[in-house]
Amino acid sequence: MSACKDQDPRIHGIKTKIRVVPNFPKPGIMFQDITTLLLDPKAFKDTIDLFVERYKGKNISVVAGIEARGFIFGPPIALAIGAKFVPLRKPRKLPGKVISEEYILEYGRDCLEMHVGAVEPGDRALVVDDLIATGGTLCAAMNLLERVGAEVVECACVIELPELKGRDRLNGKPLYILVEYH
Amino acid sequence: MFAEEDGLKGDPRLQAISEALRIVPHFPKPGIMFQDITTLLLDHKAFKGTVEIFVDRYRDMDISVVAGVEARGFLFGPSIALAIGAKFVPLRKPKKLPGEVISEDYELEYGTDRLEMHVGAVHPGERALVIDDFVATGGTLSAAIRLLSKLKDIACTLWTTYFSHSLQYFVHSGKFSVLVERVGAEVVECACVVGLPEVEGQSRLNGTPLYILVGPQLRERPC
Repeated sequence: MSACKDQDPRIHGIKTKIRVVPNFPKPGIMFQDITTLLLDPKAFKDTIDLFVERYKGKNISVVAGIEARGFIFGPPIALAIGAKFVPLRKPRKLPGKVISEEYILEYGRDCLEMHVGAVEPGDRALVVDDLIATGGTLCAAMNLLERVGAEVVECACVIELPELKGRDRLNGKPLYILVEYH
Repeated sequence: MFAEEDGLKGDPRLQAISEALRIVPHFPKPGIMFQDITTLLLDHKAFKGTVEIFVDRYRDMDISVVAGVEARGFLFGPSIALAIGAKFVPLRKPKKLPGEVISEDYELEYGTDRLEMHVGAVHPGERALVIDDFVATGGTLSAAIRLLSKLKDIACTLWTTYFSHSLQYFVHSGKFSVLVERVGAEVVECACVVGLPEVEGQSRLNGTPLYILVGPQLRERPC
């Protein structure tokens, strides 16, 4: 589900602040650049507020953010709703003992890691990233959390590219997004 | 300077932050005692206290830009920016930012690295704060300062003036400095959660003040 564009007046302001950069990182890709959103304090605050309003009082104990743009949105949400923040990182960035989840890319594989002990059985988790495309990274994130016994309550992203059907790769877990890009 | 030398001596939030840090020996290589802030992020009260201390310090300093160094600066910078009404600007490793960038190289122990920032993110004369989790030598922060206060490409400006008669007057008269436009911000301060005492002894990076919440954690914690 997405925040209803017609009902919340903040959504339009957020959408207009996202910059589309053609042919990045390679030809044919229309890159959704959220850095321009971060340059508008009101629009950035509205983005966080929309997530906080949804998750406050839902007993979320952990917000997991995907490196690196999930680190921009995740911590302010975690702080506002009283949850801990857990960074999910590319290989060899986290210093302590980790568990890893491999996932498939268009060409090749990648890997997401989480510190052992950061998330405990019974933790109720929210996964945050700036954008969902094919859903591969979010799926890997969810797997990491479930492997240690957490319950993934929802995945939350600022932007969805619905044509890539990432939503279908979330094993039935709900997805909350603010803006769709067609 | 350390926070406890600047009015926060005995502040319980600083002790909570210190206790929440974790030291990881021999990461990323033998001999390095890595200061891990991820355990701080797991302690909601201590994490909140960290952000509050920075917000209290910077809220009335007329700062319009908080620049965070990838990736751990992203963990602290946005919350500070949101609370003080500033924009957040990510300073990133090469080829991550999609738009037109300016860049700054800096020295590592072996080799060099590079920081990039989007063109147009920062306007001349804006007051900026640079934030990262940790400072050791200050090399990365110094590069961030140079990036934010960067002058326009001087070579490009001089080449243009060489072929222009009217502008050659300015070159010959020594007035070409007026052609070099300062496109950068004024970096008011650099802020870090943890810092090594060696760099604290400098207390400034190329003249820019450095503010550090706590010194390094020295004892290992059980995992």
